[in-house]
Amino acid sequence: MNFPFSVAKRFLTHNKGQSLLIILGIAIGVSVQIFIGLLISGLQDDLINTTVGSAPHITISSIEQNQTFDLTSSMMNSYTSNEELKYVALLADGSGFMLKDDENASILLRGGGQDAFDLYQLPSRLVEGKLPVTLNEIVVGSVLADNLNLTMNESVDIQSVSNSTQTFKVVGIVDLGVASLNERWAFTTLQSAQDFFNYEDALTSIEFQVNDVFLADEIASSLLLTSDLKISNWKESNAQLLSGLNGQSVSSIMIQVFVLVAVILGITSVLAITVLQKSRQIGILKAMGIQDSQASLIFLFQGLLLGVIGSLLGIGLGIGLILAFTTFATNPDGSALIPIQYDLRFISFSALIAIGSALLASLVPARKSSQLSPIEVIRNG
Amino acid sequence: MGNILQLANVSKVYGTKIKTQVLNEFNLEIEEGSFNSIIGQSGSGKSTLLNIIGTLDVPTQGEVIINGISTQKLTKKQLATLRNQTLGFIFQFHYLLPEFTVLENILMPYRMQNKKVTPEVMERALHLIDVVGLSKVKNNLATNLSGGQQQRTAIARALMNQPKIILADEPTGNLDSDTTDQIYDLMRSINQSMNTTFLIITHDQSVAERTDRIIEIKDGKIILDVQKKP
Repeated sequence: MNFPFSVAKRFLTHNKGQSLLIILGIAIGVSVQIFIGLLISGLQDDLINTTVGSAPHITISSIEQNQTFDLTSSMMNSYTSNEELKYVALLADGSGFMLKDDENASILLRGGGQDAFDLYQLPSRLVEGKLPVTLNEIVVGSVLADNLNLTMNESVDIQSVSNSTQTFKVVGIVDLGVASLNERWAFTTLQSAQDFFNYEDALTSIEFQVNDVFLADEIASSLLLTSDLKISNWKESNAQLLSGLNGQSVSSIMIQVFVLVAVILGITSVLAITVLQKSRQIGILKAMGIQDSQASLIFLFQGLLLGVIGSLLGIGLGIGLILAFTTFATNPDGSALIPIQYDLRFISFSALIAIGSALLASLVPARKSSQLSPIEVIRNG
Repeated sequence: MGNILQLANVSKVYGTKIKTQVLNEFNLEIEEGSFNSIIGQSGSGKSTLLNIIGTLDVPTQGEVIINGISTQKLTKKQLATLRNQTLGFIFQFHYLLPEFTVLENILMPYRMQNKKVTPEVMERALHLIDVVGLSKVKNNLATNLSGGQQQRTAIARALMNQPKIILADEPTGNLDSDTTDQIYDLMRSINQSMNTTFLIITHDQSVAERTDRIIEIKDGKIILDVQKKP
């Protein structure tokens, strides 16, 4: 084994208590970093998912309100070939009244294809039944179904604002997660809505979900449009949420930086004390002819060993903390309060930073050790 | 036999504002394989002389030639190598590394060269342990030894790289008279069997009288240089 490495190892194992304390310090630093980092990114993902997970990230509509527009084939082609886009939902919407016996309810009938249903996460939100497939099948919001006492496979009439009436068959009930939507929304196929509202092939809006929600504004500005259309994205209407998320990210980074600084200071001071403790040994090694570089390496290896062991322990501790958190901090239904992703890149990055810091911290004692003159040690005992 | 060590006009001055001249145009030649002692009162410059010979300290002026090499122009790295391979130190305090065992301490000057410990090297270390009479405690930590055992470990360590010169600064200063005799006999037998040159600083008249040459120093100069006839 390399001589400085074996001396470093022996110095560490000889002073077990001291080494354990430093390792524990690094481990706690790394675990706090991993825990806070993953917790906050999980919290942000959860918030974003709640806010825009089942909502359009980008919406294209006519400049004039309630106007329909035609989708050109070049626009459609550019959307379908754009890999940043997750869902491209073509929608034909219209207001109307759902009539049952002597009751009626004001509704928004939304006609769309599979992408629209996926965008609003209808498949997982179905309370009963199935999604509309053929002409004049609808799914209705759960509150709407309650208010009108709708049952599965029941036929109901819908009257448009232009007074045309059509019978639709209720094939499913969905819970959209928001009471006001559950009270008003009903989904049907694109063709059914276009026929009912006399739109022919025209649309009222195109809604998109993108893969990276934070790039929604950039992607929106790059989408192909005709001059009669306007485009909006979720970031414009959620500036407060965004600044909140930003604040969270910054405070998370601040916490991590301060933890790191504390870890570095801890290691530096303990290793600096070790140089003092070991100056006699280093001095005599120098009298026996150890090279300055080897004397420095002893302390660098100590830093490296402490960093590696501390980081590994820290990863274990951090993952343990997260496991405990996701196990004990739960919603009433047993799911985790904040779903946390084990981001391997972040975890290994935290460990690498800690190892780097430990090495950095050992530079000071390494330099001291290199400069130590054997004559001082021998003269002063 | 030729000279293994030569000092030519070596002076050492400490301090910049208040200057203290410790060695004053000091000249000395030491023959290879000889067994020498340096005596003198405290502050006479003995330890400074030994540190300069050991390249741990640098002279203000003059030249030190060790084994035919002038140390004046050697780099720090070359000096470290010279110390490792040509010189062996024994101090009044043993300076063993408390984290290591007797055997590991003795192997240390060799392992510093980053070379693998071969069976031959291990055999040499074990032989040295045998010579200094520590076979029974070779796996003890350096802290779990008596004063005499620690000093004998330090002697074996100084001999590990088969140096040409052993520099000993009051090696028996902390030991009782029986142990002093043992250490002296040990050094003497090594001198005779391995032809290692010894330069021993001592306060102990009985030790000095048993060496081949006694050099007495006062105020940084040799005032007495007695060579016993073989």
